[in-house]
Amino acid sequence: MKIALEVNGAQRTVEVSPWKRLLDVLRDELRLTGTKEGCGEGECGACTVELDGEAVNSCLVAIGQCDARRVVTVEGLARDGVLHAVQRALIACGGAQCGICTPGIAVCAAHVVDRHLVDGVDDATARARVRELLAGNICRCTGYQLIVDAVIAAARDVGPA
Amino acid sequence: MERFRPPVGAPAGPVVVAPVGTSVPRVDGVAKVTGRALYLDDLDAAEAWHGVTVRSQVAHGVLEAVDLDPAFDWSNVTVVTSADIWGKNAIALLEDDQPALAPIGGRVMHKDEAIALVAAPTRAQAFAAARAVRPRIAPLPAVFDVDRALAGPALGEAPVLYGSDNVFKQFLIRKGHASDAELEAVFAGAAHVVEGTYVTSPQEQMYIEPQAMMAHWRDGKCYIVGSMQCPYYVHKAMKPLLACDADGVVITQAVTGGGFGGKEEYPSMIAAHAALLAHKAGRRVKIVYDRDEDIAATTKRHPCRTRHRLAIDARGELAAIDIDVVMDGGAYLTLSPVVLSRGVLHAAGPYRCAVTRVRGRVVATNHPPHGAFRGFGAPQTTFAYERQIQKLARHLGEDPMALRSRLALRIGDTTSTGQLLEFSVGTDEVIDAVNGVAGTPPARDGKNAHGSPVRRGRGVCFYFHGAGFTGSGEQRLAGRAVVAAVDGRFEVRSSSTDIGQGAITMFTQIAAAALGIEATDVTVVDPSTAQVPDSGPTVASRTCMVVGQLVERAATTVRAKLEAWAAERGVRGTLHELARAHADTTRTELAEIISYEPPPGIRWDDATYTGSAYPVYGWAACLVDVEVDLDSYEVRILRCVQAIDVGKAINPTIVKGQIEGGTLQALGWAVLENIVYKDGKVANASMTNCIVPTFADAPDLETILVEVPYPFGPSGAKGVGEIPMDGPAAAVANAVEDALGCAFDSLPISPEVVGAARARWERA
Repeated sequence: MKIALEVNGAQRTVEVSPWKRLLDVLRDELRLTGTKEGCGEGECGACTVELDGEAVNSCLVAIGQCDARRVVTVEGLARDGVLHAVQRALIACGGAQCGICTPGIAVCAAHVVDRHLVDGVDDATARARVRELLAGNICRCTGYQLIVDAVIAAARDVGPA
Repeated sequence: MERFRPPVGAPAGPVVVAPVGTSVPRVDGVAKVTGRALYLDDLDAAEAWHGVTVRSQVAHGVLEAVDLDPAFDWSNVTVVTSADIWGKNAIALLEDDQPALAPIGGRVMHKDEAIALVAAPTRAQAFAAARAVRPRIAPLPAVFDVDRALAGPALGEAPVLYGSDNVFKQFLIRKGHASDAELEAVFAGAAHVVEGTYVTSPQEQMYIEPQAMMAHWRDGKCYIVGSMQCPYYVHKAMKPLLACDADGVVITQAVTGGGFGGKEEYPSMIAAHAALLAHKAGRRVKIVYDRDEDIAATTKRHPCRTRHRLAIDARGELAAIDIDVVMDGGAYLTLSPVVLSRGVLHAAGPYRCAVTRVRGRVVATNHPPHGAFRGFGAPQTTFAYERQIQKLARHLGEDPMALRSRLALRIGDTTSTGQLLEFSVGTDEVIDAVNGVAGTPPARDGKNAHGSPVRRGRGVCFYFHGAGFTGSGEQRLAGRAVVAAVDGRFEVRSSSTDIGQGAITMFTQIAAAALGIEATDVTVVDPSTAQVPDSGPTVASRTCMVVGQLVERAATTVRAKLEAWAAERGVRGTLHELARAHADTTRTELAEIISYEPPPGIRWDDATYTGSAYPVYGWAACLVDVEVDLDSYEVRILRCVQAIDVGKAINPTIVKGQIEGGTLQALGWAVLENIVYKDGKVANASMTNCIVPTFADAPDLETILVEVPYPFGPSGAKGVGEIPMDGPAAAVANAVEDALGCAFDSLPISPEVVGAARARWERA
């Protein structure tokens, strides 16, 4: 089946089984290996991408569902050689260790920051909200503290809408 | 580090200048946040075949044959069984008891043991082929309970799995008494005895990158790349299996997505499988485990039962400690003796006591082998002694942290092995740090956001962790590292891997500081056995303290030699310029290889298990507040403070991240993580039911770095990787006891456990 979709701002066409997972199409067909597989069952969030503005687990999305839709992966977060505020903050705050969950967390956190989901509230409320919004992304290295710090820092850096 | 260098035109990270003690950004940070870091499964290997493992569904039996379904099309499939192994069918580690593939005609020892291998052009084809392989196994009686395994062989009631008695290893530590009768006399004369039995569950490392390995052969030589902690462990295991010499196999670490001990020994098994398949298939073969396979087949933290007795004299001092540790080693020996060793060496805790007996046994069962996991035996025994001290505090009516402070080891005291503590003891510093931020405990009773009644409590603990290898381990290993001036730049060559803990960045900082140059002029060479010396494995909280010190010494020597060379020739300039001049003039590299030398005063006797068990210890105090939901029985961690003496934080942010990651693994182990075995098979082999804490489960973590320098570590640093895992589970159990008024002596303290204890805590 021929599927045409937008990936990180570029039009791409793939000819694959409609049952193939979006994750595999990104990694194997389009060689965008930033998106990782950690569990293959939607528990760990390492494969998180944005699909039409929603953060989804790409291991649970069939490519047949993706025709004419818009996908943003970790490779699409930096623009014109400038890292996304979330990427800068993850580095500055120590929010990436082994890095295997980082692409999924960066995509999900960029979603949170770009949509101003933690703006206009005090830090404690913002931290609790970040923990809830990112609860679908598991990190085994950090204990999450420095990632939460990074997302808050990025949100403050980008500022309100 | 080449793998982390940004390509031309790629987003650049911040400029790195890296003095020791500052939180410079990770060297591999940009590659990781942009998704450019290449883990094994990301490597461009479209032509590689996919390998899949056929596993036993029988816990104990004789493998009579491996049949292939004649209806299946085998034309484009490679099948490997033990019959294809031309070298020694064993994964060489401490002993050679574990085969790479169960031997046909020999015994299968556990469920999910590897029986055969298949490789095919696609993953789907390989899985289909694996389903068409039919092992024929004649079952034998199996044993899953350590007491039956210990008692059974003598009675003819349980199979003999190892030796004559199923004991992989046992230890006996005696201090201050010559016989059991002398010990019992102290207990008989005690003012009070605290006694308890503590049980901890197996735990899955749950690195987010599943195990992955790839192999190919060229000109009779095997090249293996993969996700691993210890390239030279894999190298050691491959030589007898592939019947080759040291140059016949090259092991290279790919970027590795977490390890925590889980990629210490098991990668040798997968490397063996990939190498065998690649050899027979005549092409590159890649093996990437599914998550369920990874959970079911690879090693876990040893489940453990610790019996613990404390004798208290009339002054409230510890008169005697008596401990008996039993661990379930699973079906093969793997690293169990060393795990048990660390367990018993930490079992008496950081407390002063003249009379101590510690016995330990690790027992063979038909469970999949248990193995390395952060803490390596110490978290199990720490849970026991910190519950005991808590019970003593209740008995004496003494403030729990004040009691710990009163009994704690300090400079001039001796440990259970008779080691005299002469330096770097952070007891007072860590206890004061926690007391300084403790504040008032949470209100006992209340309601949570869902309107459920809750009971809250506070628990503390105090603990230590020996850094580096046990006893004479470092001397036997004699790890090496190299710093070299090459073409005007500086290279660090060691086999220590970065598995997320920041080894590359830390070595960069140490080398740059010793050389007096900017971090951008230092390259940490990718760990490959073809390029780096054996620095020892990336385990045991030794990378920074032991290998980092080799790097520091090598860099210092290279600098001195370069400066001497330049002075002789009247060359002036920065070290960078001197290195350039040296390279241009001599056309050679200036390399310095440094081997481990023990610090002065280290003395260890393996026969009696006495002396300096570790060159130095990290010290830690922890405070936890919990809230128990009386409707759902869930234990929620409200607050967790850890103060840890790390000697010197080379990179405080990275050290903080290490501590917090270990802390949350410990909190998870305390209240929600578990491996459930059913007839020897992992019954919850999926991330859906083998759960680990999420963002929403984790409290904000309060981390206090304490620095009591170790005179023989780089800039005073000592090990930090494992210590945060040891203590928090006991602090949680102590807090739950404080909240509910009754003891919880097993882990995890899950809702099921709290609910089942309802009658106990309602009475309390």
